[in-house]
Amino acid sequence: MPQIVVDDLVKTFRVAERQPGLWGAARGLLKRRHRTVEALAGVSFGIETGELVGYIGPNGAGKSTTVKVLAGILVPDSGRCEVLGRVPWRERVANAREIGVVFGQRTQLWWDLPVIESFELLRDIYRVSPQAHLRSRDELVDMLDMEPLLDVPVRQLSLGQRMRCDLAAALLHSPPVLYLDEPTIGLDAVSKLAVRDFVRQLNRERGVTIILTTHDMDDIEALCTRIIVINEGHILSDGTLNDLRARVTTERWLIVDLAEEDGDVADPQATVISREGHRVCLRFDPDEVSAAELIGRITAGHAIRDLFVENPPIEEIIARLYGEQCR
Amino acid sequence: MTPYWAILSARFRMLLQYRAAAAAGFGTQLFWGLIRVMIFEAFYRSTTSAQPMSYQEVVTYIWLGQALLALLPWNYDRDIHALVRSGNVAYELLRPLDLYWHWYARAVAWRVAPAVLRALPMFIVAGLFFGLQAPVSWASFGAWLIALVGALLLSAAITTLVNISLMWTIAGDGIATLVSTLVIILSGMVVPLPFFPDWAQSILNFLPFRGLVDVPFRLYMGHLPPGDIYGLFAHQLGWTLALVAVSHHVLGRGTRRLVVQGG
Amino acid sequence: MLGDFRLYFRYIGISVRSQMQYRWSFIMMTIGHFLTTGIEFVGIWILFQRFGNIRGWSLAEVALCYGIVNIAFSISDATTRGFDMFHIMVKGGEFDRLLLRPRSTALQVAGQELTMRRIGRLTQGLIVLLWSAHTLGIVWSPAKVALTGAAALGGACLFCGLFVLQATLAFWTVETLEIVNTVTYGGVETAQFPLSIYRPWLRRFFTGVIPLATVSYFPALAILGRGAGSAVPPALQWGAPLAGFAFLLAALQVWKFGVRHYTSTGS
Repeated sequence: MPQIVVDDLVKTFRVAERQPGLWGAARGLLKRRHRTVEALAGVSFGIETGELVGYIGPNGAGKSTTVKVLAGILVPDSGRCEVLGRVPWRERVANAREIGVVFGQRTQLWWDLPVIESFELLRDIYRVSPQAHLRSRDELVDMLDMEPLLDVPVRQLSLGQRMRCDLAAALLHSPPVLYLDEPTIGLDAVSKLAVRDFVRQLNRERGVTIILTTHDMDDIEALCTRIIVINEGHILSDGTLNDLRARVTTERWLIVDLAEEDGDVADPQATVISREGHRVCLRFDPDEVSAAELIGRITAGHAIRDLFVENPPIEEIIARLYGEQCR
Repeated sequence: MTPYWAILSARFRMLLQYRAAAAAGFGTQLFWGLIRVMIFEAFYRSTTSAQPMSYQEVVTYIWLGQALLALLPWNYDRDIHALVRSGNVAYELLRPLDLYWHWYARAVAWRVAPAVLRALPMFIVAGLFFGLQAPVSWASFGAWLIALVGALLLSAAITTLVNISLMWTIAGDGIATLVSTLVIILSGMVVPLPFFPDWAQSILNFLPFRGLVDVPFRLYMGHLPPGDIYGLFAHQLGWTLALVAVSHHVLGRGTRRLVVQGG
Repeated sequence: MLGDFRLYFRYIGISVRSQMQYRWSFIMMTIGHFLTTGIEFVGIWILFQRFGNIRGWSLAEVALCYGIVNIAFSISDATTRGFDMFHIMVKGGEFDRLLLRPRSTALQVAGQELTMRRIGRLTQGLIVLLWSAHTLGIVWSPAKVALTGAAALGGACLFCGLFVLQATLAFWTVETLEIVNTVTYGGVETAQFPLSIYRPWLRRFFTGVIPLATVSYFPALAILGRGAGSAVPPALQWGAPLAGFAFLLAALQVWKFGVRHYTSTGS
């Protein structure tokens, strides 16, 4: 059985609507309108031990609702959910010991305390034995290269440093499952790479199951073996990046660097997407015309400095997937 | 005038949104009033000696206090406090408004909006059921209205000064707490000023705080003759101007400090 | 259980240390707090120097009630800051973080802060209590000392329970929290005077619904030796503070119910 099972989860919220203006506010005193929002409309998936799954969707798609259910802090209206054989909201405390959660937007460390003391407090909260704590801590400190940060109060850390400390904090009790919510949001390029490397290492070497929600498609491309796309409470797609691509579009992009500037490249079986200085980007369908054929025709008509074929960027794929659903 | 009007309107809108809060606040005020009435009732039943106010007058006084409590400078503006704490107060300087008058207008709005919303139901309920009496005459009523305006201007000036004191964050909280307590007791909110020992009366009459509660309330019930309004209003206005002048100066120093420190 | 206490004291140690980082603010706030509550007592003194007594109770006798209830309230006020500010945690989503941890939520909320500056009110309450005892020449038998302590602690538990209930309310609405002030701050105001001066409905409310009388008025009767002629039986005068502890336990059950509601609505 998969480590995490989610079966037909449904969750709706009731939201009060506010009317604008002074008059609207006065009317709101007497009568208030509500509207029902379906955050999860029958979501199902299973995750095996050691998977690293990207869970993506636009804001309000139901990502964080799902994660809250998995973490045991939200009870769904209906459906089944099990994490390591437990129903999270029924056994919140037992479940909490087996999971780590990192929210990119907020820290779980104590603002005025040096990092190391936050760690010690977490040790007591999670009832980790001192030996196990030290072992785990030293290993994490080593992996995240955060030895110099330990004695610094959290409020003095940069965002990137803080995120490394938060990652360690979530993993001190060695949970087999980790939920990461936007772990790279707002980070500089170097910190982003460090976080990605760490997440990859954690997954490959320690076999931690990871669910990653993010808006950063580079995270997804760099890390995830499997991607679940959710929008408006429905799962749109679930599979590898290649599966996702194949589902949405088969098209490929041909990028050509011409010798001359503003060269007039055109082909009946490809569409020009963009033209910028020496570079021209064309879109084509491999079922219609093979890459070799297209390249042959273009090289025949133009002096080419360089050229390469690639997949459309993942942002493009996702955008089309959402668009497809809207239509 | 428009930006200041917008501030007032926004405050009304904000309060109107929270109908349950308004109801809860009203219930709380009513409960407090009842407790205080009962305490005075017990005191009056325990003595035969003459008192500076009659029991009926005290009851009216208490309900006026419950109705108009929000008018008092009894708390500081949490938004401004947060601005100061986070250092974002520097952004306030970017607005095309004089900072002092912007904060003063905020303080007026801060006081007026809840007072208006709470006073009306309190006058009705306390008037019908709990012994709040009408003003003794039209002249007293008029004098009371004028004194209320004076009280509002004075209250906003004190509130703004307290808000400004928050710029010195180290001690700001403590000062704000202390000022509000002083205001509440010295204005006559806790115990009507005539009950204070005789030697304290001349000091209380000089201080600005009586202009907040003692003056308007006693005018309302005719405990002070309506003809006194000229001198009393001048007292309120004089203190308001003095506080505005001091606050303006202090705020200037505070913002210069901010600029020097780089916010 | 033992582990819970240990964790609580860890939390508190941290809270105290971080308050000490802002030492001046702490000192100013404590002094401010001391003076604020001191001024309240001045208000009572003013009335007594005009009226002489209240239903046969002298200022010193009232001061005993005043002292006990203020000590009790200051203890609860210091320990339940987390509950008092809880609506902010709910609104900001920080409560979710506590739910993600394998410990009781009440313990974690209680551990948020021990507000040291409440020492101001505590000191003031103690001074008034000692002044009262001195003025009245109360003979302190061990039983009376124990009863005074039990009343203060029972009262602290009672007020803690009220703050817990207030926090629980925040799971449904953050708008009506002020209503709880009627029984917390209003309760303090009421219980500063002997309950016998009030009208029957209020007496019944603060005995039966919120058992405030059991931690102030009833034990005060026994301590002052006024109990003999009273309608309150001696067993109640001496045993009443237990009601405060029971109230807190009941409030914690309601809290659990609130947490369950929160996790089912997520709002």
